[in-house]
Amino acid sequence: MSLAIEVTGLTKSYKTKSGDTIDAVKGIDLHVAEGEILAFLGANGAGKTTTIEILEGFRNRTSGTVQVLGEDPQDPSRSWREDIGIVLQESSPDRSLTARESVSMYASFYDAPRPVDEVLEIVGLTDSSGQRTKALSGGQKRRLDLAIALVGNPKLVFLDEPTTGFDPSARREAWKMIEQLRNLGATVLLTTHYMDEAEHLADRIAVINGGLISAEGTAADLAEQVKLLTRIAWDPAEVPAEAIPDLFRPELQKTTGELAIETTEVTAVVHALTDWATSNGGRIDSLSVMKPNLEDTFLRLTAGGEAQ
Amino acid sequence: MIAKTLSSAKYALVSFRRNPAATFFTIIFPVLFLVIFGLVFGSGEMGPADQRVKVSTFIVPGILALSIVSATFVNLAMNQVIRREAGQLKRLRGTPLSPLGHIVGQILAALVIVVFMTVLVTVIGRLFFGVEFNLSSIGVFSLSVALGAIAFSALGLAITAIIPNDDAAPAITNATVFPLYFISDVFFFSGGDSSGFIDALGDFFPIKPLAESLQDSYNPFIESVSIPWGKWAVIAAWGMFGIALAARFFKWTPQTERR
Repeated sequence: MSLAIEVTGLTKSYKTKSGDTIDAVKGIDLHVAEGEILAFLGANGAGKTTTIEILEGFRNRTSGTVQVLGEDPQDPSRSWREDIGIVLQESSPDRSLTARESVSMYASFYDAPRPVDEVLEIVGLTDSSGQRTKALSGGQKRRLDLAIALVGNPKLVFLDEPTTGFDPSARREAWKMIEQLRNLGATVLLTTHYMDEAEHLADRIAVINGGLISAEGTAADLAEQVKLLTRIAWDPAEVPAEAIPDLFRPELQKTTGELAIETTEVTAVVHALTDWATSNGGRIDSLSVMKPNLEDTFLRLTAGGEAQ
Repeated sequence: MIAKTLSSAKYALVSFRRNPAATFFTIIFPVLFLVIFGLVFGSGEMGPADQRVKVSTFIVPGILALSIVSATFVNLAMNQVIRREAGQLKRLRGTPLSPLGHIVGQILAALVIVVFMTVLVTVIGRLFFGVEFNLSSIGVFSLSVALGAIAFSALGLAITAIIPNDDAAPAITNATVFPLYFISDVFFFSGGDSSGFIDALGDFFPIKPLAESLQDSYNPFIESVSIPWGKWAVIAAWGMFGIALAARFFKWTPQTERR
């Protein structure tokens, strides 16, 4: 198996205007195999864009080693960019050119581009290819973005938040297009802050959190990882914290006033609670035992570093 | 590499031609100035007693200088800032088109507009105001136009570094060149009555040397135009200054990006 992307110990620190140092990326290891679709999942400010822009060659790293298609993006050969397609988080095409002209222009910058008509077909812009880009809808513009990223016939495609700000139907459409990339045989690295998007599109998900990768695997792996932690909560007026073994450390929830534990040992905790209640002649009306859903999984994995 | 650069120039021109604001300020605006100044002041006379010429003889090269500055400095500064803020420059950096290929392509597109404007202004000057172009000076004249165009292109790319966003682009570029037009033989012609300070100021900046290096080619009393080394030196020095600043400070990523 050869690797399209190989990252070891990547860090990136910025100096802010006030002189503070911000560690946006704190030591990331990442391997993406050729032909694989990897989703970089994280909340805003987790370090997704910083990392992807280092891989794209737009930013220099502070430390670590990075190989993208066998080269260091900080010092690539001339031909390196021939094999890379990029969809930026925010960019809009030249308003005065038509969709077809925009794609043709970008095609002319590559030595061996894909035929323009074929690319327009892939993204479903054939019918509006004669329109000036200023007349295109938001969804169509994003398709044009993807067309421009594909026209160089890339081996590796970077998609930075390809569906942020889309309504649900536009997202579904975008997903269909991104799925086609798999058929084209390209390796894809995409960033997203939607768990369902990562689950839907990617072979593998790397969860980035506070500049570190906090979890990695298939969507099922991640869900499994978190599903094991069931949340048990109750009212401390009914059962005090001391009722359960020292091994468990329930935390007082400021908002609800409840005690809560996240644990794999559901039986032991519930047993201790009911045991205490029974022997003290009390009741536990407040008890809740919750398995996390997809959204919780994501929140847990990305919640400001707390999960670690 | 050359094909990619030419393609960049081609699409810059297509985009320019379809942009009403750009074509207005770069093409219509100088022509309007030429016609208005020509009609209002053009038939007056100036120059030494034995070599009286019509004022239009000076208006034509003055407006040509303005046209060159508009097509290069103003045009490039505005459209590169717009492209930068739209994320287009960043995106181009992600393609195999080299940074130099992009820059040269954009300057080539500006040069095409300069050639068009040079012909247009000269033809209007000839047809409507009877200002003859001295064809024997075509060599020196072409070099003056080319030098001016390249120097002002470089300065236009350099000034983008201090333009924070598209809204500020027209204000900053026009605020830079408009005051200079008044002291650079473009809108007014300095008589001998000033203290010399305004003349010296005009000579320091590159617009007046450009206008003056073009003037002799339209003057019927000058048969063989000599090479204006001193004026070229001033223009070239500003051009080098522009290249150095642009190479160091030209930005490819949006400056108003949320971060």
